[in-house]
Amino acid sequence: MTAPTLRIEDLALKFRTYSGMVDVLHGISLHIQKGERVALVGESGSGKSVTARIVLGLLQSLRTARISGHVDFDGRDLMSMHDAERHRLRGTKMSMIFQDPTSSLNPVYTIGDQFREVLFRAEPGLKMAAARQKAVAALTDVAIGEPERVLDSYAYQLSGGMNQRVMIAMALANEPSLLIADEPGTALDVTVQAQTLRLMGELVEKHRTSVLFISHNLGVVREFADRVYVIFKGRIVEHAMTRDLFENPRHAYTRALMSAVPRITGGGIPEIDDASPDFLAPLIVHEGCAEPGAPV
Amino acid sequence: MTQPLLSLRSVSKIFKLGTREVRAVHDVSFDVTEGECLAVVGESGSGKSTIANMVLGIYPQTLGEIVYRGNVLPARRDLAHRRAIQLVQQNPLSSLNPKRTIGALLRLALDVHGIGDRAGRWDRVGQLLEEVGLPADLRSRTPAALSGGQRQRVAIARALACHSDLVVLDEPTSALDVLVQARVLKLLDELRKSRGLTYMFITHDLSVVRNIADRVAVFERGRLVEINSTDRIFTNPESDYTRRLIGAVPVVTAEEQALRDQLMEKENADV
Repeated sequence: MTAPTLRIEDLALKFRTYSGMVDVLHGISLHIQKGERVALVGESGSGKSVTARIVLGLLQSLRTARISGHVDFDGRDLMSMHDAERHRLRGTKMSMIFQDPTSSLNPVYTIGDQFREVLFRAEPGLKMAAARQKAVAALTDVAIGEPERVLDSYAYQLSGGMNQRVMIAMALANEPSLLIADEPGTALDVTVQAQTLRLMGELVEKHRTSVLFISHNLGVVREFADRVYVIFKGRIVEHAMTRDLFENPRHAYTRALMSAVPRITGGGIPEIDDASPDFLAPLIVHEGCAEPGAPV
Repeated sequence: MTQPLLSLRSVSKIFKLGTREVRAVHDVSFDVTEGECLAVVGESGSGKSTIANMVLGIYPQTLGEIVYRGNVLPARRDLAHRRAIQLVQQNPLSSLNPKRTIGALLRLALDVHGIGDRAGRWDRVGQLLEEVGLPADLRSRTPAALSGGQRQRVAIARALACHSDLVVLDEPTSALDVLVQARVLKLLDELRKSRGLTYMFITHDLSVVRNIADRVAVFERGRLVEINSTDRIFTNPESDYTRRLIGAVPVVTAEEQALRDQLMEKENADV
């Protein structure tokens, strides 16, 4: 079997603050196989986004961060790499889609300029005309009807849904092996969100891209992910295939999360108990979801 | 028949952008009954926030009139009307002044509307905080020291401070985590019942609407597409647009999926 696209082992993170060290991640492990869509679900402050930032190599150079554990990407050890090497991976081998597409695009450059910059990262000698051609093809792939017009526009001239599709096209333009999507589409209308998720799903399937999908929205996770990790206060508490998790949540915290989601079939506003000590119960792994190399 | 608390009669809003005119709200009429929770739903650009701003008197409507307890509301509201219709915004971090303490924020509402005697107001602030489930000693803190859920509770307390009747809730829980959201929704529902409040609940989250609203008004591009009881909207909606909106809601259980599939099937059958 080939190495997983991403393998995180016992990753811990602390931040140094004025009042001492703060533990943010307490040794989490997760993996993503090639072409797999894996979700990391949790509330704000649970450590989802810092995990993504460590994978991208953005926290390693922060002097107040203390990181330990292993992060392997395509079989290479990310933690022992030089900053420059990690920098080369970003935007080429791994890319990211953010929550608010309009604010993550630069307002003073056209979409075309920004697209060319992305393509140059993978192919520095690319000719202008060739870059434009590639960008047009990538935008056509995300169902944008007039790619030429979009390339000459600025982000503020396009709708949120359109910007989100531009972001997806840019993120996938260099055929990365890993795509990190941090709450994609939460800033969009539900109809647009559903559409962009479908589109993103089709594209990653076509390119066999692995996806780390970070979200607090369980409904979206159910629709998009193959496998789910639930994270609570820097600890992974449950790990299961999506279907198993939603049919049979076993951890107290996962159950609380599920019951807190209002249902479109009615039933009133959910009753929520106060945080229970059971939320800190040990990790529950469902059948067939063990970490690679771990005893099943 | 009892008179509605608030009526919009053929209300339109036209914004002038240079030489171009944009009709954000197009000939909208509906009533809000006293004590109900009316959800206003639609995508961005559907005019739901424009309607809220006109009801609050932030800007006047271009055409039509807004009637409150039988009286036509003037473009410039007097103090009594401003007191009666209150707002809770989406993001409490930007709707609460970061430089003021929670106590000062709530006290300001009491001072402006001259509620209670000066000496008793500080205690009243403490009571208000307790009514929204917060400890009274939060009075000396600033918004930055509070969590998202606590801040939204403060925003709710401020809207209730001056004995309002109608509270316009503009996406009050969409910035909150799901566990916190459920608690804040519960609080809103209890306050409505115990104080006899009327809510205009503006949101795009239909699963929240299903569980808190009595009636739902669906907007599309400034037009009222459909207004009906919540049960009716979710089991047998009249318009395809409503069906599409419900069909796009991400769901977590098999029953919900079944309901959604059933609605979408109907839409496909109609085409």
